[in-house]
Amino acid sequence: MHDQFETIGKSVHRKEGIPKVTGRAIYADDMRFDGCLYGRTVRSTVPHGTIKEIRFNPGFPWTEFTIVLPEDIPGKNGVTLIDSEQPFLVYREIQHLAEPIALIAHADRELLEKALYQIEVDVDELPAVFTMDAALERNDIFKSYLIEGDNVSDNWLDADVIIEETYGTGAQEHLYIEPQAVIATAIPGESVTIWGSMQCPFYVQKAVAPLFNLPRERIRVVQTETGGGFGGKEEYPNLIAGHAALLAWKSGRPVKMIYGRREDMWATTKRHPSRTHIKAGFKRDGTLVALDIDLVLDGGAYPTLSSVVLSRATLHAWGPYRCNCTRIRSRVVKTNSVPHGAFRGFGAPQAIFAIEMHMNRAAEALGMDPAEIRRRNFLRKGDRMPTGQVVKDELDLGCLMDRALELSNYRHKRSQYEQANRDRGQKRKGIGLSVFFHGSGFTGGGEVHLASEISLRLTEQGGVEVLAANVEYGQGTNTVFAQIVAEACKISPDLVRIHQPDTATVPDSGPTVASRTTMIVGKLIERAALELRHRLNKPEDFRSAASQYLRQHGTLVVSVRYEPPPDIYWDETTYRGDAYAAYSWSCDVAEVEVNLTDYGARVTNFVSTVECGRVLNPALAAAQIEGGIAQGIGFALYEDVVLERGAMKNNQFTNYIIPTTADTPDIHVEFVEFPYNNPGPYAAKGIGEMPIDGPAPAIASAVAHALGGRFINEVPLLPERIMRNIELGSDPLLYQSFGADPELRK
Amino acid sequence: MQVSFVVNGKNQTLSAAPMKRLLDVLREDLNLTGTKEGCGEGECGACAVIMDGLLVLSCMVPLCQIQGKSITTIEGLADDANLHPLQHAFQENGGAQCGVCTPGMILAALYYLNNPDEAEDLREALAGNQCRCTGYTRIFKSVEAVGRNEF
Amino acid sequence: MSFEVVNPHSIAEALDALSAEANIVPLAGATDVMVYLEAHSLRPCTFLNLQQLPELKPIVPGSRSVILGALTTYRDVRTSSVRQQFPMLALAAREIGALAIQNRGTWVGNIANASPAADGVPALMAYDAEIELTSKDGRRIVPLSRFYHSYKQMDRRANELISAIHLPVPQSGWREYFRKVGTRRFQAISKTLLAGRILLSADQTVEDLRMVLASVAPYTLRAVQTENVIRGRQLTPELIEEAAEAIQDEIRPIDDVRSTEAYRRRVTSNLLREFLATA
Repeated sequence: MHDQFETIGKSVHRKEGIPKVTGRAIYADDMRFDGCLYGRTVRSTVPHGTIKEIRFNPGFPWTEFTIVLPEDIPGKNGVTLIDSEQPFLVYREIQHLAEPIALIAHADRELLEKALYQIEVDVDELPAVFTMDAALERNDIFKSYLIEGDNVSDNWLDADVIIEETYGTGAQEHLYIEPQAVIATAIPGESVTIWGSMQCPFYVQKAVAPLFNLPRERIRVVQTETGGGFGGKEEYPNLIAGHAALLAWKSGRPVKMIYGRREDMWATTKRHPSRTHIKAGFKRDGTLVALDIDLVLDGGAYPTLSSVVLSRATLHAWGPYRCNCTRIRSRVVKTNSVPHGAFRGFGAPQAIFAIEMHMNRAAEALGMDPAEIRRRNFLRKGDRMPTGQVVKDELDLGCLMDRALELSNYRHKRSQYEQANRDRGQKRKGIGLSVFFHGSGFTGGGEVHLASEISLRLTEQGGVEVLAANVEYGQGTNTVFAQIVAEACKISPDLVRIHQPDTATVPDSGPTVASRTTMIVGKLIERAALELRHRLNKPEDFRSAASQYLRQHGTLVVSVRYEPPPDIYWDETTYRGDAYAAYSWSCDVAEVEVNLTDYGARVTNFVSTVECGRVLNPALAAAQIEGGIAQGIGFALYEDVVLERGAMKNNQFTNYIIPTTADTPDIHVEFVEFPYNNPGPYAAKGIGEMPIDGPAPAIASAVAHALGGRFINEVPLLPERIMRNIELGSDPLLYQSFGADPELRK
Repeated sequence: MQVSFVVNGKNQTLSAAPMKRLLDVLREDLNLTGTKEGCGEGECGACAVIMDGLLVLSCMVPLCQIQGKSITTIEGLADDANLHPLQHAFQENGGAQCGVCTPGMILAALYYLNNPDEAEDLREALAGNQCRCTGYTRIFKSVEAVGRNEF
Repeated sequence: MSFEVVNPHSIAEALDALSAEANIVPLAGATDVMVYLEAHSLRPCTFLNLQQLPELKPIVPGSRSVILGALTTYRDVRTSSVRQQFPMLALAAREIGALAIQNRGTWVGNIANASPAADGVPALMAYDAEIELTSKDGRRIVPLSRFYHSYKQMDRRANELISAIHLPVPQSGWREYFRKVGTRRFQAISKTLLAGRILLSADQTVEDLRMVLASVAPYTLRAVQTENVIRGRQLTPELIEEAAEAIQDEIRPIDDVRSTEAYRRRVTSNLLREFLATA
C-alpha cells in the first residue's frame, strides 16, 4: 500500500538528529549573550493573602540589581491567553503558593540566589481552598459544560443493571528534561526579542505585547531547540518570557531565566486532577443503554487553559461507545493551587480513565469479559456521538481490539494468570485492556479561529524552505514536514529546510498542541507544496526548475491558509456538531505483576494497536506511541504529585518518580489501518497525545485483575494505595467493593 | 584554585572556585555545551561524562577533584568527519527525540559497552539516565545494534 | 560566598586541618555534599578534599578482617573479590543510585552522611563492621551498630576522620538477605530496607542473626530486641509471626513525602517474614 510513495510511509531519519547526537544542538541555556544578566523570581510563600509590603533588607547591594515590581510594568499586568486574569506579577491578592511577586536580575548567579533570601514579603493571609468539594460548595467554577444526547430520560428504565462509581486521577508533572528557559533582550519603548524553550511562539508574542503596550510585530519570539514540552511549554512560557522581558526592559541588558529543577516543579503547571462520577445502565447482555457522567477538574487559581481542557475531557468522556441516552456534565473549579495547565492528553486521560474503568466494573458485575462488553458497544460508522457527530470513519474497533488481544495473547494469559493467582503466592499477575480515541486538532471552530497559515519558499540550493510556527521538541515535526514537502515536490527530504520558528519570519500556523501539527498544519504544507510544484510546471527535475525560476524571478513563496473541511459543523453555544474533524483510535493491553511483599505493581509487557490514518513516518510515529505509553505508565503507577497547600511538595527528581529503563517494559506498537477518510495530509491523522490516554485504565484494570477482580478507582496506584485497597479499604475515594453486586432494578 | 586536566584530549588549565561544578566548568569555561543540566542533584543523568574511564555525573564533581583527570564529553566522540558508532546508531534507530538526555545517554551507553560486566544488563546500566520522550525502546535498539557491531 | 577547600597531600596534613579549623567537613565522593550545595542547605564551611590521599584508597584483604579505605567506592566493592566474601555489600552497592553514582560514592561517605535511609550502612552493619576514627590525638575503633544515637547524630568528634571500615571475615554457614523497598527499581530512596544475616544449625535453631533496617527509625537501626526474640530458638512459622510482631515495637517509621507509617510498618514485617522464611 505504501509503495506508491517515495518518502511518505518511510522511516526517514530525524532531520535535526545529528546535532542532537553530537551535542551540538543549541538549547536556550547554550546560547551566549554579552553582558547577560540572570533573572530570578520572588514568589509567594502563602497560598492566599494580600501583600502589605515588600521589604528589601538594607545592607545588601541592591543598587547592583535590576528589580521589577508590578508598578514597573509599562502595559497590562495580565497574561493574555484566553482571558488575561493571571497577572505577570501579583499586584493585589496572592492566589496560590509560588505566585510571582517580583523579579530581580544580576550577573552573578550566586549573589542572585542570596538576594532572594534578603527579600521579605509581608502578607495578610486569607483562608484558602484546596479541594474540589470546597470549591463546588462555594460555586467557584471557571467553566461548565452540559451535553445531553438526543434521548435523555426513558432509557434508564430499560436497564437491567445500573452501576454507579466515582473515579479519580491525580496531578502529573511534565518533567521535561530541559527546564523552563528563556532569554530576553529589549529596547525600552521599542521592541522585545525572546528566545526560548517553547511550543507556541505566537502565544508568547500575543501574551507579551500588551505587557509593554507594543503592537505584536514589535515582539519577536524565536523558539530554541526545545528539550521536551508535553504541554508544559504550551502556555507557561508566556509567563516566564514576560518576566525575562521585563527585566531586560528595565536593565537594558540581555536577561536569561533558566529555572532550576526544584523551582520548575514547584511553580509551573501540572495536569488537572479529576474526579468523575459515572452512572451507567446496562442490559444483561452488556449493552450500554444509558450513561450519566459528572466530571470535575481542579483548575487551580487562574482559568488559563482550563476551559479548553474541560472541553476535551467532556468530549472524550463517553469513550468509544455507542449510547442513545447520554448526559455529561462537567465543571472545572477554582482552588488556591498553582494553576493547572496543558499536559499531553489535555483532559482526555482523565475522562478515559473513568469510562474505561467503568466498563470493566460493569463487565465484572455482569460476569462478562472486559473485551466482550466493549465489543458489544463499540461505535461503528453511522453511529452518533452524544454531540450528534456521526462517525464517518470505516471504523472496526473490534478488529483493532482483536489485533491487540492477539498480539498480547490476552485470552490465554487472562485465564493462565487467574489460575496461577489462585495459588496465592506473593507475586500476582494480571492483564487488562482499554480502548480509546483522541480527536485531532482544535475542538469545533477552534481551527477556523486559529486561521493557520504557512509559507514555502524556494531555496538557493533549488530546494524548499518551510516557514511555519510549529516547533520541534522531539515529536518529529521537522522530519514529517520535510517528508510532506519532499513527496509533493518529488525531491529528497534533504533538500527541504525547516526555518527556525521565529515570529519575525514565519506565519502563524498555530500552536504545537492538540495533536494538530501533522494533520492540520501538515495538510497546509501539502497543499502549498503541490502549489509550488504546480507553479514550476510540475517538473521532473524540481531542483533545476527551481534554480532556473530563481534566476529568472528572484524568489518564489507560496502561502496557504487553513480551510475547514466542507462537511464539518460545530455549534459552540449548544456544544453540538462535529467536535473534531477526525479521530484516531487505539487499544492498549497491559500486563502487570503485583508483589504482595511490598505491594508494588510493575508493568511487565505492553501492547498497543493504533489507528491514525496513514502513518507518514513509522519509526517516528511508533516512537511517539512508546514515549506516550511510558508517560502513561508513570501516570498509572509512579507519578504522585504531593500537593501541600496547593503546590508540589515533592518537587525534586528524587521524589517524583518517573519510570527509568528498569521500570519500563518492552512496548509493542502496531499500526492498524482502516480505509482512509480524513482531511489530513496523505490521510494522516494526529497521534501525539493519544498514547497517554489509554495506559492508566489498562494498567489499573490489570492490577485489579491480579488482585482477584478487586475494585480500583484511582491513579496513581502507588504501593501504599494498593496495600490500603487490599488490607484496609478505608480511603474516602476508594469504594470498598469486593464483589458487591451493583444496584439492581426490576 | 588552579587545576590542570584534559578534556577530549586537550590540555586545560583554569582557576575557579574549588567547589565549582565540573558541569559548569565544561559549559561555561570551556564552552562545551553538549553536556546538559537536567536536575542539578545527580538524579537525571543528563550531565554524565566519562572521567578517567568512569561514568560520572558532572553536576556532582567539584573542581577541586578534577586535577589531573582526563574527561570525555559528547563533543569528544565524533572525530571530525565521522560519527561515533553510537551516534550513528542513535540516528539510524531513533534513539533521540528532544535530544536533551541524549549526550548523557550516549556516554552511559559507551561506558556500558566498554565495561559490560559492571551491570547485569543494559537496563541497569542506563537506569541512571532518565528520558521523558522515548520510553527507552529505541535507545535499547540503538545500543544493542552497536553491541552487535552493526555500526 | 564560595565554600573554601583544603587539599591536604598527606593524612597528617588532613588531620592537622581537622584539628585546626572549626567547621571543616571531609569530602570524599561528594555525591551527598553536591546535592546539599545545590539545595543551598549548607551553612558556610570548609571542605577537606580527601581525593589526593592515596592511602585512603585501598581495600586491604585479610584472613580475619578486610579493611575498606575511606575512599572505597561502591563500584570498588562491586568489582573486587571482596564481593565474594561479603555478597550483601555488592547487593547493596548495586541498588545505590545508578552506575555513575556508584563510581564516585563511598561507603564512608554513606556512613558520615548519617541518613536513616542510607543503603550502604545497613549492609555494613549486618556484617558487624567497625569504624576506624583517626585524629591528631590517635585512633579508635567503634562498632558501626553503636555509631548512631539519634537523627543525624553520630559518635564522631569534630577533629576525627573516618579513615577506614573494618569488616570481620564472616565464618561460613551464614545466609544473607538484602531487600530495599524503594520508590522504583533503581535510583530510589528507600521506604524500608532489611539487611539480614542468619546462622542456622542443622535442626533449624537460630544460632545467631543480624537484622538491620533503614528508613524506619531516625537512624540505621540494628533491631537488637527482635534479634533477641529469635536468637537461640527454633525457626518455625510461629516464631516468624512472633518476630514480625515484635519488630513493630522496635521501629518508629513516619509519614513523609515518600510513604506512610502504615506502609512502612506492614512492609517491614513482610520483609522480615520473607527473610526468615527463606533462611
